Amino acid sequence: MALIVGTGALALVAVARDFESLGLAAPLIGTVAGCYIGATIFLRKVARLADPLILPLAAILNVMGLAAVYRLDPGQYGPTQVIWTAVGIGCFVVVLMVVRDYMLLARFKYILGFVGVGLLMIPATPLGTEINGAQLWIKIGAFSFQPGEIAKLCLVVFLAAYLAERKELLTIASSRLAGFHVPDLKHFGPLLVMWGISLAVMFYEKDLGSSLLFFSIFLVMLYIATARLVYVAFGLLLFFAGAFVGYTVFSHVRVRVITWLDVFDPRYIQDEGYQLAQSLFALATGGLFGTGLGQGRPDIIPAAETDFIFSVLGEELGLMGTAAILICFMLLVARGLRIAMNARTDFGQLLAAGLTAIFGIQAIIILAGVTRLLPLTGITLPFMSYGGSSLLSNFILIALLVRISHQTSETPAPAETAEILIGGRG
Amino acid sequence: MQTQIRRVGIGLVVAFLAVFLQLNYVQILAAERIADNNANVRSLLQEYAIKRGDIITIDGEPVAVSVPTTGRLKYRRTYPGGELYGHITGFYSILYGTSRIEASYDDQLLGESGVITMQDVQDRFLGSGLKGDDVRLTIHSQLQEVARDALGSNRGAVVALDPKTGDVKAMWSNPSYDPTPLASHDGDVARHYRRSLDPNSIDSPLVSRATSRSYPPGSTFKIVTASAALESGEYNPQSTFPDPQALDLPLTDDTLTNFSNTACTGTGEIDLFTAVTVSCDTTFAILGLDIPEEVQATAEEYGFNSPIPFDVSTEASQIPPVPDDEEPLRAFAGIGQGNVAATPLQMALVAAGVANDGEVPRPRLVKEVISPSGEIVDSFPPETIGSPLSSANAGAITDMMVSAVADPSGTGGAAQIPDVAVAGKTGTAQTVEGTNPHTWFICFAPADDPQLAVAVIVENGGTFGSEATGGAVAAPIAKAVLDADRALQGW
Repeated sequence: MALIVGTGALALVAVARDFESLGLAAPLIGTVAGCYIGATIFLRKVARLADPLILPLAAILNVMGLAAVYRLDPGQYGPTQVIWTAVGIGCFVVVLMVVRDYMLLARFKYILGFVGVGLLMIPATPLGTEINGAQLWIKIGAFSFQPGEIAKLCLVVFLAAYLAERKELLTIASSRLAGFHVPDLKHFGPLLVMWGISLAVMFYEKDLGSSLLFFSIFLVMLYIATARLVYVAFGLLLFFAGAFVGYTVFSHVRVRVITWLDVFDPRYIQDEGYQLAQSLFALATGGLFGTGLGQGRPDIIPAAETDFIFSVLGEELGLMGTAAILICFMLLVARGLRIAMNARTDFGQLLAAGLTAIFGIQAIIILAGVTRLLPLTGITLPFMSYGGSSLLSNFILIALLVRISHQTSETPAPAETAEILIGGRG
Repeated sequence: MQTQIRRVGIGLVVAFLAVFLQLNYVQILAAERIADNNANVRSLLQEYAIKRGDIITIDGEPVAVSVPTTGRLKYRRTYPGGELYGHITGFYSILYGTSRIEASYDDQLLGESGVITMQDVQDRFLGSGLKGDDVRLTIHSQLQEVARDALGSNRGAVVALDPKTGDVKAMWSNPSYDPTPLASHDGDVARHYRRSLDPNSIDSPLVSRATSRSYPPGSTFKIVTASAALESGEYNPQSTFPDPQALDLPLTDDTLTNFSNTACTGTGEIDLFTAVTVSCDTTFAILGLDIPEEVQATAEEYGFNSPIPFDVSTEASQIPPVPDDEEPLRAFAGIGQGNVAATPLQMALVAAGVANDGEVPRPRLVKEVISPSGEIVDSFPPETIGSPLSSANAGAITDMMVSAVADPSGTGGAAQIPDVAVAGKTGTAQTVEGTNPHTWFICFAPADDPQLAVAVIVENGGTFGSEATGGAVAAPIAKAVLDADRALQGW
């Protein structure tokens, strides 16, 4: 199904340009289709019992993104993104083969935690490169790579393992403050550390989106583990403090807020507000049905192929297209959380929920940004934006979800386990 | 933990729904308002992807054409005639919008005239790019060039039209401007050139003097006053008037004297016919005082007091009603001074109205609209916009105007053409104290079968300075245009 939609879209893009380019696009369409067919067959063998919708949903999003990227730049970005897709599906397969048991990941939690923080911090060191005002990339040879994308996976694994272990400890209320049960102050330590890391990302790498993402995923996981809203409340307080500091200290944060409030102000529309205004023009031009793939002019939007890929599809597919994309994201989030709820272990539940939440929150942050629901913070739209690191990390993410899902279905429910055990003895 | 996970799920779904609602707002509810923003260049890109139709003269000279570019905007407008047609075609500029024909025929030039031809259907299917319709002017390139050359370096205007159809065959206004730099895709080029066209300078090259600047018409207005006199039924060409050296004006000790500061005939009285021939001011001042309402009504039939319906915008010529306590102004109105102001186009229509048996033709600049496949998709039949006088009275006025050119005592001798009866009227209009008078000439020929009506104004007498008269300065320019049209058409 996903393949039909996707290759169809890609073919349409090629046709909209002219008949000749269909020939040029054919090998790319073939590569993508081949990869997904291969991955599906592989899944059948290796993780037969896993949720069957995860990969197809990711494929729909990915291929629609591919079509948009290819439409914007059939010469360079399009083919490159196809290669990254192939590599990403490769990673998906490799992760499923290597991580035979997701519980093993918990063993490496500290290593992964340090690796995650390390990866996050690398771009702030002299190794980092600044692109579009944000210092998020490292350059290795001709490659630029966004270590933050991988770091987010490491940190989710670390947090899941850490919280699964300390869950009870964090939940115990040892003191009362203003009528609330408040856990021991020392348990706020990790929260503060995470806050510090988020702030550091914002300060040194000028990356609001990632900073927001890391901090919110931490809060979400902490809440899931402890059911303590007091952490969330305290976290939000810290967030607003950080946001306020950011607003007063950084002009680029102020600019984001000002252009969000009044994007059509003639004073900003050609400069600071240009990108967001162009995104809104694209969406507005799309209307209900869109201009048709390849028929609009979304190429006017700066960074159309990365942060604003959604607006590109919004112009050419209209509300029909954007609503379809939203539904795919929601379904993927729903399936991910279902996997989390069914998981047999605390670590499994936290890991699946964390991975799903970081995926969903990242999508919401950028979608709300490009539609001017919230101030714009540039991060990639999972599976759709152009960019290798983003694609890789999202394929690894769903590989982990698939692994958890498969393992859950493989091991019978705890109650049944007991019965079988008893029966066995008898 | 299931409960918490479920709650997180609900939170995420709510957030996605919020995005969905916002999308409904941006893509549907507010879409039109958002997309209409000036900073949205989509419509510009779309418009410039169309090969805008050409504007060509009646004799096939292209005066506005679109040439392909290598930039993001696929076509650029250029004007091969340079300054010659600036005030006719107007410009098609990214920074300054459109003007004149480029503005009033924008839909047709963009191919959005609503007439769908087979070519349009073919274009759409084959994707061969959209083409706009061509606009064919009534302007004749040779006549336009003659008008320009005859006016020379003088500030002023020349309007020449066919009095029967209203076809404007030449309309030149000096100084002019070249629309090409304004249509440049390079904003700096356009801005730089635009700045050089200071609209507040005395040259004000962006202003079409022919259609959009009013001058006191002076003695050319006597044709209107004479028409009113005949139409009133109280006067005929032989009606006599006192011929004083100076006319006492009511309510004041001031007098109104003739141009020469003497009486017009020396016999003590003068008839209307002679008054037109020798351009006797006191006669028309008396008429102005005598029949002010008729003069105003007749002027309005000629087109005064409202913008002339035309293919490009025009300024209305003025003859405001004069209250009783300012009665002397009525005398001045009779001789085209005081509060009276007229555009050169208006005065050309006065000549045309007389030439066309008392019917003022609606002037037109556009002959037809032609589709890319060569079909005529729109054309414009002649219309009249006023009937200031009867055919018989028009004949009488024609005779007076012929006399003004042919008679040795006439003021318009410079417009004589051998073997052709030219009907004309000079004007030398006082302006502000200390500046030289504007010189006018309006005419048509041949008198018995009019082919061309012409109005010429030379601001402040041009190179003749204070010695300038309409007969000396403007009449030869009008004659040059008549000669050229005669040579072209063989009348």
